[in-house]
Amino acid sequence: MASLLLRGVKKSYGAVNIIHDLDLDIAAGEFVVFVGPSGCGKSTLLRMICGLETVTEGDVMIAGRRVNDIAAAQRGLALVFQSYALYPHMTVRQNMAFGLENLKTPKAEIENRINEAARALRLEPYLNRRPTALSGGQRQRVAIGRAIVREPRVFLFDEPLSNLDAELRVSMRAELTQLHRRLGATMIYVTHDQVEAMTMAQKIVVLRAGRIEQVGAPLELYNHPVNQFVAGFIGSPRMNFLPGRVRETDPDGAVVDVDGLGAIPVGRRQGLTAGEPVTLGIRPEHLQQDADGLAVTVTTVEQLGGLSYVRLVNHDLVVQIAGQTQLCAGSTIGLHLPPERLHIFAPDGTAIPAATNVSPFAAVA
Amino acid sequence: MLRFLLATRGRGHADWTDWACYIYLVLGVLMMFAPVAWLALSSLKSEAGLDQYPPTVLPYEPVHIAVAGQPTELPLFHVTAGSHAGEDLAELRRIGLQAQMIDPKAPETIIRIPVRDRQPVTHLHAAWTNYTDVISRFNFLQYFWNSSFITVVATVITLLFNAMAAFALSKYRFRGRATVFVVILATLMIPPTIVLVPNYLIASTLGLTNSLWGVIWPAVATPTGVFLLRQYMLTLPDELLDAARMDHASEWRLFWRIVLPLSAPALAVLAIFSVMWRWNDFLWPMVVLDRSEKFTLQLALNSFQGELTTSWNLLLAMTVLTLIPVTILFALLQRYITQGIASSGVK
Repeated sequence: MASLLLRGVKKSYGAVNIIHDLDLDIAAGEFVVFVGPSGCGKSTLLRMICGLETVTEGDVMIAGRRVNDIAAAQRGLALVFQSYALYPHMTVRQNMAFGLENLKTPKAEIENRINEAARALRLEPYLNRRPTALSGGQRQRVAIGRAIVREPRVFLFDEPLSNLDAELRVSMRAELTQLHRRLGATMIYVTHDQVEAMTMAQKIVVLRAGRIEQVGAPLELYNHPVNQFVAGFIGSPRMNFLPGRVRETDPDGAVVDVDGLGAIPVGRRQGLTAGEPVTLGIRPEHLQQDADGLAVTVTTVEQLGGLSYVRLVNHDLVVQIAGQTQLCAGSTIGLHLPPERLHIFAPDGTAIPAATNVSPFAAVA
Repeated sequence: MLRFLLATRGRGHADWTDWACYIYLVLGVLMMFAPVAWLALSSLKSEAGLDQYPPTVLPYEPVHIAVAGQPTELPLFHVTAGSHAGEDLAELRRIGLQAQMIDPKAPETIIRIPVRDRQPVTHLHAAWTNYTDVISRFNFLQYFWNSSFITVVATVITLLFNAMAAFALSKYRFRGRATVFVVILATLMIPPTIVLVPNYLIASTLGLTNSLWGVIWPAVATPTGVFLLRQYMLTLPDELLDAARMDHASEWRLFWRIVLPLSAPALAVLAIFSVMWRWNDFLWPMVVLDRSEKFTLQLALNSFQGELTTSWNLLLAMTVLTLIPVTILFALLQRYITQGIASSGVK
């Protein structure tokens, strides 16, 4: 268990910058998820932390010690690969023992640790099989077992669940969370799947194009995204965005014109100027049906049983309705956008917060 | 097995392509195997059997019989024409186109028979003595040991060195990597005869002449081997190596425990090639080795062919003995060739 600090970390290949001047603190025992679209540099960042990639500039500190010039083998970290990277010519037992043998661990100790990990991961019947004779989920557990037996200071996971089917992914998420609770180890987990990030993380780091967009607890990111990118990335289905223009900035509540929907009151906001183009954001579950509201036409209805998603003509809006619905394509519904649920983004994408003395959630609570 | 051998393209009946295919294959088999079968059968003939005209496929041998009053056994002939037609007579001596023959049952009278009116009486007889003679009389075991030592040691060293070069060229990024690789490949274009003299000068300066190591060292670095192994190692995922590095493995251990075992199919191919190259190598050993106790089998075979006389029966027997080890090895490992070549993209 160890803390991890990144200070002014940069990575470039020739003239191409992959990671731009990145600072990050990860406390010992924390479960941190790096999330971002593919190509955002999250895997590169992970490989820099574990030492498989060099750091162009800046410091990587593990447990207070600078490790930039320490080889991957000596950093005391364990990495679980997306492809699992199990040694195909070794049995499960040999796969797990390989790292410990390299560390010259006594045989009896190796045996103990493997048996313990195999019990925890329910791999005991498979210890003498080759990886090719295992299913995807079992291989995944072997890869995790190989990391566990080494008792590393930090666990690193590089999209470990992306090769599994949906059902297995859900159960492995729960297993990984339990594992973290049991070991209490520092874990860094890379994924492009925001659901994994939301369900597992204690802290999410949202990355885009080599820069950190926002760091915070899952719900903090969900409720208070600092910009349009984070707002759109966190949450499924994604937040609805409505481009508009500020009509008036009354102290009691501003109004924004949205094409096709008309004037929408957005409550009290700071720093809005009339005529300024802005983007309104509202999550599908916060859109309300209201007979007196804005009339819009339904294009498609997705019934999931427990809840339903209704897609509207205007701006491809998605409305989430609890339970099942009688609506069908072509019906017209009235729509209400509660001002306290609206996010407003300036043209550069940064969020414009609600006026300080009014919490946007006071009204709901 | 039979089903496989008789498989046809058409369902149940033979398509014309089947006929073409099988004719082609049978011709191929005959072309490949007829000389070898001929060699093997001939190696069982005695010297006299080899000299027979017209030659026979199977090892037939003239029958010799003991005749009372004669110091040596005499060859037996069957008379085909003349007054003695149908009788078996032994030849005493031949004078021009006439032969002096005697009847084994009445050895006192000499009968003159024209040569064209008789045929030698032959019987099927495998001359295994060819083999026992070769092994007992000609230091065969010494040559066999020399050849085996060179083949085994050179192959082991070849595999190790070429694998190390291929590992570096396929898995490490360094300046000049492509250049080094191209230079190694370019040496393929230099005919061995060109470098024969320089190689000999080096070997002689290093005191390697007349030593088996003088045959081994110049042969261990092969561009073909480096190329074959590199192409194969390129297909090993880098993530495996990264995983091993995360598992605290040193680079040497990585090579030894991960890369080498996973390259086994390509190594098997190179092993077969190397064994065949070294076992059949002739020119370089002939240049380096000139003391007969250091000869390899190929050199010994060559020295069998004397300037004036050649014991063809012994030469053929020794040739068969020389072929056997490499044939067995090839038969055992040949399935790796297709595997390894298919996965390394080498022809």
